[in-house]
Amino acid sequence: MDDSSSGCSHSSKKKSTMADDDRKELHVLAVDDNIIDRKIVEKLLISSSCKVTTAENGIRALEYLGNLGVHSESQTPALHQDDAIPTAAGDLKVNLIITDYCMPEMTGYELLKKIKESSILKDIPVIVMSSENIPTRIHKCLEEGAQMFMLKPLKHSDVTRLRCQLMQCRS
Amino acid sequence: MDVIIQLQRQLSDYTNSLYREGFLDDQFKQLQQLQDESNPDFVVEVVYLFFEDSERLISELAKTLSQQPMDFKKMDAHVHQLKGSSSSIGAQRVQKVCIAFRNYCEEQNIDGCLKCLQLLRNEYTLVKNRLETMFKMEKQVLGAGGSIPLN
Repeated sequence: MDDSSSGCSHSSKKKSTMADDDRKELHVLAVDDNIIDRKIVEKLLISSSCKVTTAENGIRALEYLGNLGVHSESQTPALHQDDAIPTAAGDLKVNLIITDYCMPEMTGYELLKKIKESSILKDIPVIVMSSENIPTRIHKCLEEGAQMFMLKPLKHSDVTRLRCQLMQCRS
Repeated sequence: MDVIIQLQRQLSDYTNSLYREGFLDDQFKQLQQLQDESNPDFVVEVVYLFFEDSERLISELAKTLSQQPMDFKKMDAHVHQLKGSSSSIGAQRVQKVCIAFRNYCEEQNIDGCLKCLQLLRNEYTLVKNRLETMFKMEKQVLGAGGSIPLN
């Protein structure tokens, strides 16, 4: 589970299924500086059959994203020792990033920008969440390429909606 | 069997009163619905995280309020955090105080901030007590061999 000494943590449903299901299973990177929100978002996503990695800030999120598919022995994944070593680039591929807007040092918007500016990461859909319903904020994020903007606190129906939208995009 | 039913009824009544009195809102129900066999202590875990985080933030706020000159931005950041977590678990009364607190921070109203800190301490203590009582009652139901009714 999420450990405050590291920046990222992995969780997935106990029953790990065969290759077929794994391909369909969404791997979501959830970014939020609030530990309670991280735990709730993680559970919401797991309950919707997603594999979840959490990060406590934008920098850790980018480190994690930057380390995916890195196989050289000289480079170790940032901060998490107990994670599975990536056996194939597709194994830990992130299908969706969901990030809080208000975070210290790097906001969700700034993280979104960095992702969209990266040739490797720009195609990963990004959802921005915020507890504040500010139209200019929402517009700004959508303009920058956010897939969706969601109001916190997230409910189960929000995650269902999110999955639907995402599945439509993929097919 | 009668004992279980009685305990369940007590728990139900108590929980309903928490919603009626505004201590909890619908978001708490969302959390309860997320709990399942793979994570049977989910609600308790989240709530205890909330307790820890709230106590830390309230203590930070007290510290910030005692410093000169007063750092309203820092205070606002702390209150924003607390507003977020209280909203996420459905601690409605705490959330409401946070909203008022943020307004006072924006106005740089020291008196208002001091009053809100006190209110915050009160509301936090109240909801903590209520939730701990509710968890105790849940344990009693489970201990008697019953299950927790979902409101």
